[in-house]
Amino acid sequence: MDQRDYTIFIPEFIAAGSALAIIGLELFFPKIRRDIPAYLTALAALAWGIAGAFYIGKDPNNFQGLVQSDNYTTFFRLLAASIVFVTALMSASYMRERTKTAAEYYGLLLLAGCGLVYMAAARELITAYISLELLSFCLYILVGFLKRDSLSSEASLKYILLGAFSSAMLLYGISIIYGVTNSTGYDQIAVQLAQRSGDTDGAVIVGFVLILAGVGFKVSAAPFHMWAPDAYEGAPLPITGFLSTLSKAAGFALFVRLFTAAFQVDAPEWRWAVAFLAAATMVIGNLIAIQQSSLKRLVAYSSIGQVGYMLVVIAAIGYGDQELGRNASSALLLHIGGYVVSTLALFAALTAYYNRTGKDTIVGLRGLAETQPLLAMVITVSLFSFAGLPFFAGFATKLIMFQSATTDGLLWLVGLAVVNSFISLYYYLMVIRQMYLFEPEGGLTRFRPSPLLGALAGVLMLGVVFIGVYPTALYKAADRATETLYQQAPTGAVQAP
Amino acid sequence: MTFDEAQGYAVLATLAAPLLAMLLLIFVPGANKMAARYVSLFFAAVMLGLSIYIFTAYQVSGPSFAAGEGLQMQLRWDWLENIGIFGKHGISLYLGVDGISATMALLTGIVAFAGTLAAWKLDYRTKDFFILFWMLVGGVYGTFFSLDLFFFFFFYELAVVPLYLLIGVWGSTRKEYGAMKLTLMLVAGSVLMWIAIFAVFREAGAQTFDMPTLWAAGRDGTLSPTFQKTFFPFFVVGCGVLAALWPFHTWSPDGHMAAPTSVSMVHAGVLMKLGAFGIIRLGIQMLPIGAEFWMPSLLVLGTVGALYGATAALTQRDFKLVSGYSSVSHMGYVLMGLATMNSIGVTGAVLQMFSHGVMTALVFLMIGALYDQAHTRDMKDFGGINKVMPLWVVFYALAGLANVGLPGLSGFTAEFHIFVGTFRTYPLFGGIAIFAAALAAAYMLRMFSMVFWGPFNPRWSTLKDLRPVEAIAAGLLLGAILFMGLWWAPFTDRIGATVILLPGVTG
Repeated sequence: MDQRDYTIFIPEFIAAGSALAIIGLELFFPKIRRDIPAYLTALAALAWGIAGAFYIGKDPNNFQGLVQSDNYTTFFRLLAASIVFVTALMSASYMRERTKTAAEYYGLLLLAGCGLVYMAAARELITAYISLELLSFCLYILVGFLKRDSLSSEASLKYILLGAFSSAMLLYGISIIYGVTNSTGYDQIAVQLAQRSGDTDGAVIVGFVLILAGVGFKVSAAPFHMWAPDAYEGAPLPITGFLSTLSKAAGFALFVRLFTAAFQVDAPEWRWAVAFLAAATMVIGNLIAIQQSSLKRLVAYSSIGQVGYMLVVIAAIGYGDQELGRNASSALLLHIGGYVVSTLALFAALTAYYNRTGKDTIVGLRGLAETQPLLAMVITVSLFSFAGLPFFAGFATKLIMFQSATTDGLLWLVGLAVVNSFISLYYYLMVIRQMYLFEPEGGLTRFRPSPLLGALAGVLMLGVVFIGVYPTALYKAADRATETLYQQAPTGAVQAP
Repeated sequence: MTFDEAQGYAVLATLAAPLLAMLLLIFVPGANKMAARYVSLFFAAVMLGLSIYIFTAYQVSGPSFAAGEGLQMQLRWDWLENIGIFGKHGISLYLGVDGISATMALLTGIVAFAGTLAAWKLDYRTKDFFILFWMLVGGVYGTFFSLDLFFFFFFYELAVVPLYLLIGVWGSTRKEYGAMKLTLMLVAGSVLMWIAIFAVFREAGAQTFDMPTLWAAGRDGTLSPTFQKTFFPFFVVGCGVLAALWPFHTWSPDGHMAAPTSVSMVHAGVLMKLGAFGIIRLGIQMLPIGAEFWMPSLLVLGTVGALYGATAALTQRDFKLVSGYSSVSHMGYVLMGLATMNSIGVTGAVLQMFSHGVMTALVFLMIGALYDQAHTRDMKDFGGINKVMPLWVVFYALAGLANVGLPGLSGFTAEFHIFVGTFRTYPLFGGIAIFAAALAAAYMLRMFSMVFWGPFNPRWSTLKDLRPVEAIAAGLLLGAILFMGLWWAPFTDRIGATVILLPGVTG
């Protein structure tokens, strides 16, 4: 096995290369239509996804033990390519109307996607950290991209400051773990943690908690969620969708690989903290969501609640054995898949609506069932999917995820999660109520969404229903993706770089 | 393909019919309201026919009965198998009927058909209404037929989802409040079920949601007695919310008051039965030791519900509230019957589920027929209606008398079984139940005298009698009431043969 196997990077060479080309595009073609880069980005994401698909089922391969290419990486690679593809299409008319130069915007989408892939692929803490920063920096810029909009700039500033703070915590945690285990490779950390003596307990706990806090910031777990509502509200609408899919998926890609491969051996030292984080996140997210009047903030808090459910799986990895951990991880991947499709469907519909009307409050949706039944249906379907009602992705994926995460020590947390998804139904219904129970303001004039966004929303809605009715295909993919999680990297390949 | 499997496809077709109707209706143009109605009527007729077939084809003896331990017409399609936490038959679309669900399927067929006719005149967003209506009916059928816990819960929730919009958009009096309260309370109930389902799957350790496997785990003690005693209340309260178990019944009067006619019919007629059905499937069959421990408490709650509902109905002025509270009272009998845990009592409970289903549907149909013209449901406003709507009065009076338990009508058959069963195990509560039945006579006769007879209010001289579609629907429901009241053997045979196989039920 080649220790420096560059072939595992090919899909991201394509993605990053196209990103640079797209950023440079406006230098050479200054008169280009502002939505051309969007379609080029979608094409690049397609090429990236197709290239990634060639890695399905290949034997695990790694680059000097830093980056591993296996089914797990491939799963997130395809997920990243799909998210970028949809977001690029979603942004086309939105950004065209609001900015003069948008090429950087699209380039950064692709780069952020690469960040996600290497967070999933990393088998070494520094690599994971660098990938995480790559993603974060792209997002900082994307959130503040509408620089004439003060809300957008404010959101970006808040996000950067808090993000920098969380990076510091993450780095501190990494250095403490390095101090105890003398390694930053996941496998080596696992070996050293298993052998360590009891007098390092204090340091290890502090290290774990700091790492948890650092990544918890990125996925907006409470009590580190403060940046999320502001960033969501200020960001361009497609980026709000991008934040709530890509950055969440990325955080969990990192979490799962790190906590199964490296930290599971020392579970008693951190699992209580994750359980607490999960409980706090879902309760805070859902309770605050009830009071929101802005749609973006509502989605922000609801996605915080969703993060709480997903954290239950990370806690289950700590409370169960390897078999349970693997099963729970594959169910988490399934749930992330369903969640991403539902969220993208929601944002495709919201963007279509916003492009036509410029409204983004909950009351602004009043009477949508009369003026634009398709968009109302897409929004309803995705909200019901979040709430976990049958026929839609959320029901099957959430039920399978919670069932997989049920252990004797965690039934209370699973119960709390179910209660929370009940609370969430209330505020989703408040949105649906506006669309279906009231007459639209300003008369019954029907409008048509742009064909592209309408089609996108419709297709994604069918995806939500498909996963809800037949999750088997996605679940199989997720199951195969987690095969190698607990395996050590092939011997001989793990070396200091 | 064996005969049993071939019959399984009849069950599958019955479940598929409402879902197919939904799909088809999506492509019907919204402006073409007649098309939506005829498509719905066609599928309703198909469902009615298939339901009658399932009921008649269910065999109470012979090799087919013995082979399936009461379950017949089984069909299984694996859905998730050998992935993650799931082993063999992890989650499968596993359909089948026993005597109880065959009876419930018949009830659903009848009420759904009558409900379609009742909604015939509905003019506001007709197509959307029927899409959601069939979603509701599909959920109900699915729950009755599912022998897989995942799909049981899937369809159970599916039946609750459309109610919010059905009531919120097409309802009347305080519809938003009623819709929200109903949805939240019902979903809160399923939260409890959800938690208990996770625990049962984990504790049974069989890596499957297959219900017969889980029932076996409950019987042979794989689910420990402590476990069963802990989680039985989760299932019973969770399902009990839907069955209007006192004190979790408060959504019922508000929800019924707000709902449009045909939704009230399906809701009170069939959907509430899902709750009682869930108590049988998940409580008695899956956690028999827990059932034995908790049933006396359920008996008390059922009795209180029966008494409370009847008392509350005595003082109402809104027709729908009278029926809403009388439903609470009658569902109280169902729970009492289940709690006796002897075969005659439990049989009576299932009979009551059917009987209450058809007679409440008839009552709500009549209320709707009046409300569409009068636009008020305050009983004080009416009087001497028999002069303008004689046919309406006949149907309403017969439904009301079935409520009271007049011999020859279905209510008598059902309540008689329940009272006998209750007297066998708990004589005191049997006495209280009969007292509640007397109260039923009081509130029904009070309504009759206020509305049907008495001085005629000339304001109502323009009221017209039932339209043909309504008369057909009412005739169908009345036929079922008379059938069960006069010749109950087809029902008692099927139900009794199944009930005696339930764990913990004495002969």
